[in-house]
Amino acid sequence: MPALNDLSVGQEIGSTTIDISRADLVRYAGASGDFNPIHWNDRFAEQVGLPGVIAHGMFTMGAAVQLVTDWADNPAAVVDYQTRFTKPVVVENLDTGGATLEVTGVIGAIDEANSSVRVDLTVTAAGQKVLVKAQAVVRAW
Amino acid sequence: MSEQIGVNPQLAGRVYPAGEAYTVGREKIREFARAVKATHPAHFEVEAAKDLGYPDLIAPPTFAIIVAQRADAQLVEDPEAGIDFSRVVHADQRFVHHRPIVAGDQLVAELHVDQVRAMGGGAMITTRAEISTADGEKTATATSSILVRGEGQ
Repeated sequence: MPALNDLSVGQEIGSTTIDISRADLVRYAGASGDFNPIHWNDRFAEQVGLPGVIAHGMFTMGAAVQLVTDWADNPAAVVDYQTRFTKPVVVENLDTGGATLEVTGVIGAIDEANSSVRVDLTVTAAGQKVLVKAQAVVRAW
Repeated sequence: MSEQIGVNPQLAGRVYPAGEAYTVGREKIREFARAVKATHPAHFEVEAAKDLGYPDLIAPPTFAIIVAQRADAQLVEDPEAGIDFSRVVHADQRFVHHRPIVAGDQLVAELHVDQVRAMGGGAMITTRAEISTADGEKTATATSSILVRGEGQ
């Protein structure tokens, strides 16, 4: 992460693309312990009124923050991270790339007193914002 | 309160005590990091974490969800709460880290029900898991809102 006084509000920290397959959702279910069938069972997902199997909101939140972790080059620097989940990410039943997340990070605020910056993430899938108010506070040491 | 809501409006203010400690394992950190496609070496190599000043592998920023959702389960499974889990949608999530979670931590979580609001025929429930080590060192605060959809929502 660059020095605090080399940063300015509105500056982009980078962007990334994350492909999601059904296998990724199964892996996240196992790793997190969240086995809700809406994340792996089409029949169940449709029964509860979803367009199909959707990604765990926590998968999307967890994957999107890597842009910030890599920029900070220290996972411990992310001291506060929040988001609202607004649109489901539908993951098609394909061998690869059932959905794609586009993630962009911009400096939203600089707090010199606390030596930290707020990175605002824009996360979209199929052209729609799927996370809103996705903000990570990064501490500079 | 109409019967349609289902969710008990008296839940607000309730506190569910910390249960058994969750031991953070190195392999669990590696497994979770792979699952969120995290690649930073401090999730995988102890030496990389030590270079950053930590005693063992550093968990990804959302790892605390494992401990928080175990605490949430006490509420969701409480028959007095009236929550139909098949109608639950995750609305928002926040993690405030007082210090990073590292492999070897023994974590406990006390669950606070901060707010219950009627939303259409359903309810929005905001909970806060205060995560600390078994020795009482504050580690993370995980705040979460879930929407329990009513009929036709």
